[in-house]
Amino acid sequence: MGAITQATAVLDRQGLAALVAALVAGGRTVVGPTVRDGAVVLAELTSAEDLPFGWGVELDAGRYRLTPREDGAAFAHSAGPQSWKAFLHPQREQLWSARRGPDGVPTFTETQPESRTYAFLGVRPCDLRAIAIQDRVLAGRPPRALDSARAGATPFPDRGYRQRRRGALLIAAECTEPGATCFCVSASGGPAADGGFDLALTEVVDDDGHRFFVRVGSEEGARLLDGVPHRSADLTTESVARGAVDAAREHMGRSLPPLDLRALMGESLAADRWDGIASRCLTCANCTMVCPTCFCTTTEEVTDLTGDHTERWQHWDSCFDLDFSLLHGGPVRASTRSRYRQWLTHKLSTWHDQFGSGGCVGCGRCITWCPAGIDITEEVAALAAERDAAADDQHTAHDDGSAHHDRGPQP
Amino acid sequence: MTTELSVVAPPAPAVRHAEPRLPVPYRVIARWPETPDTVTLRLDPVAEALADFVPGQFAMVHCFGRGEIPVSVSSIPTTGGLAHTVRGVGAVSEGLCAARVGDVLGLRGPYGTGWELERALGQDVVVVAGGIGLAPLRPLIRDAVAEPRRHGRVNVLIGARTPDDLLSKYETRRWATAYTGVTVDRPADGWSGEVGLVTRLLDRARFDPPRSWAFVCGPEPMIRATARDLVHRGVSGDRVRVSLERNMRCATATCGHCQLGPVLLCRDGPVVGWDRAEPWLSVREL
Repeated sequence: MGAITQATAVLDRQGLAALVAALVAGGRTVVGPTVRDGAVVLAELTSAEDLPFGWGVELDAGRYRLTPREDGAAFAHSAGPQSWKAFLHPQREQLWSARRGPDGVPTFTETQPESRTYAFLGVRPCDLRAIAIQDRVLAGRPPRALDSARAGATPFPDRGYRQRRRGALLIAAECTEPGATCFCVSASGGPAADGGFDLALTEVVDDDGHRFFVRVGSEEGARLLDGVPHRSADLTTESVARGAVDAAREHMGRSLPPLDLRALMGESLAADRWDGIASRCLTCANCTMVCPTCFCTTTEEVTDLTGDHTERWQHWDSCFDLDFSLLHGGPVRASTRSRYRQWLTHKLSTWHDQFGSGGCVGCGRCITWCPAGIDITEEVAALAAERDAAADDQHTAHDDGSAHHDRGPQP
Repeated sequence: MTTELSVVAPPAPAVRHAEPRLPVPYRVIARWPETPDTVTLRLDPVAEALADFVPGQFAMVHCFGRGEIPVSVSSIPTTGGLAHTVRGVGAVSEGLCAARVGDVLGLRGPYGTGWELERALGQDVVVVAGGIGLAPLRPLIRDAVAEPRRHGRVNVLIGARTPDDLLSKYETRRWATAYTGVTVDRPADGWSGEVGLVTRLLDRARFDPPRSWAFVCGPEPMIRATARDLVHRGVSGDRVRVSLERNMRCATATCGHCQLGPVLLCRDGPVVGWDRAEPWLSVREL
């Protein structure tokens, strides 16, 4: 494996076109970035011509604009509104159907998951990490037995996800131009692809031409590369490519404060800041829809007019929805404050407890696509400031007990 | 000879880990109302059976055309099959309550953690139930009273809003315990028993707190009050086992609904130690 990850090459634009053609000819559904409806979206590509050559993006909190580029680069945009979960963990999926026979006995039939064999082209390093995180949630084992020997002992993977994931080929595109809402470096990631790919491309456009420095990450990637015209990597292309990725590390538009965020979240459950966020948050669920790791789903029962046929559908759900926490008597999380807190503390803290890793990769989508422009990095910094101020108050407090007032436990 | 044996032997329980989200048909073979809004359904597999349940675990119970809900197992008969006790509060649970003998439901499971009464070997046992919270505790109580030598003194404390809301009234009287107490919040005409919160019965229960295990299920405020009282009396927090409830869609730890702070209750619960649950239940709307 070590030897494979060392293998490098250079593809030119014709080589890239041949790569896409080879994947299509091999029966794969090739999905990659393309321009549609004023955004770089992920969609099925019929050829490399569908890639967004000559398009970049301009991002800010609550803002996304396509911008033309002179250099004709195809991967110089940062994360768009979708992520690869739209394909691996689709928005709607039928789980099973049932028919009730004349004797009243229902027969339950599992619905075979859609069995497309995907090739993903242009997967950002943040999204590679997001896929690895969803693997742990939907296709893997829980990190450890939590309470008893029985807890967590049996994995119940999402069958459709695992099947689609197993067949998918991943071609990464390393980041050379992070957007203004990007913060992967402070989310313990970075603009370089560390692994989990079959091939990793780094786009280089300069006086020597438009080309892609290629690193091979798997045997399947090596086979694919062998089948298309390429040349061995020259030192100039390699150093320009690696230099551009290194430089991107220094150009993150935003950053999370360098703190133990798990601890910060745990200590901030009673913070006043949640009320401030709640006064802006529309609970529209956009952040959870665009987040590449948010995985929550609900189920619904769909029957036909005879009442003897029923289908069980799974579809994306959001912790911002009131019904998400509904129990007899009402929702557990009725306030906006509690729902935003659930989302953020899950992402940055309790995800570790549940799945053995964090849930944020720093792609910035939740910032870009929040209609109210709520910025996760700004909110985390504000929570840290509130905690520090409370700690200072405690230090300087007199004995009249007036200093630190916690919302406190319920009776 | 072998043929004859195979006729009397019960069918081997099937383990269905291949597709844990597909229900298995179970027939209602008996049904009895527990209270005006609560029904117990005795269920037998139509063909293939689920793996064995332990007390405290739950199944996802499917009502044709309506959906499915998590329901703790309320009886695990030695003759096979199982029973669920359902209170009609929504579309699915009302549909299940309306099921008649002979109807077929869909079940999948078993899911979640059990009470683990076996950890209380040789120790006093305090069972505290509020309302329908008695249902998940019933198989535990039956195990505890069935083999009295395995434990110290067994106590069963039952609370309900009104006398009408008491489950298992007949069975409760038959349990051979060191102490069985029943109390209601609002007495009705003819009620001569205790009135007040279930925690008041703890004064009468016969147990040595440092050598006791407690098993608690009921509405969340009742769980909080009871567990805190037990710990105050000297029962170790990790020996106060509580069964918790959250919205649940998949029961396979992939839908995200049953989160309670750091745990997924379908996987890491529903039964957890109070030492872990207390911080989560102390934050409003967590």
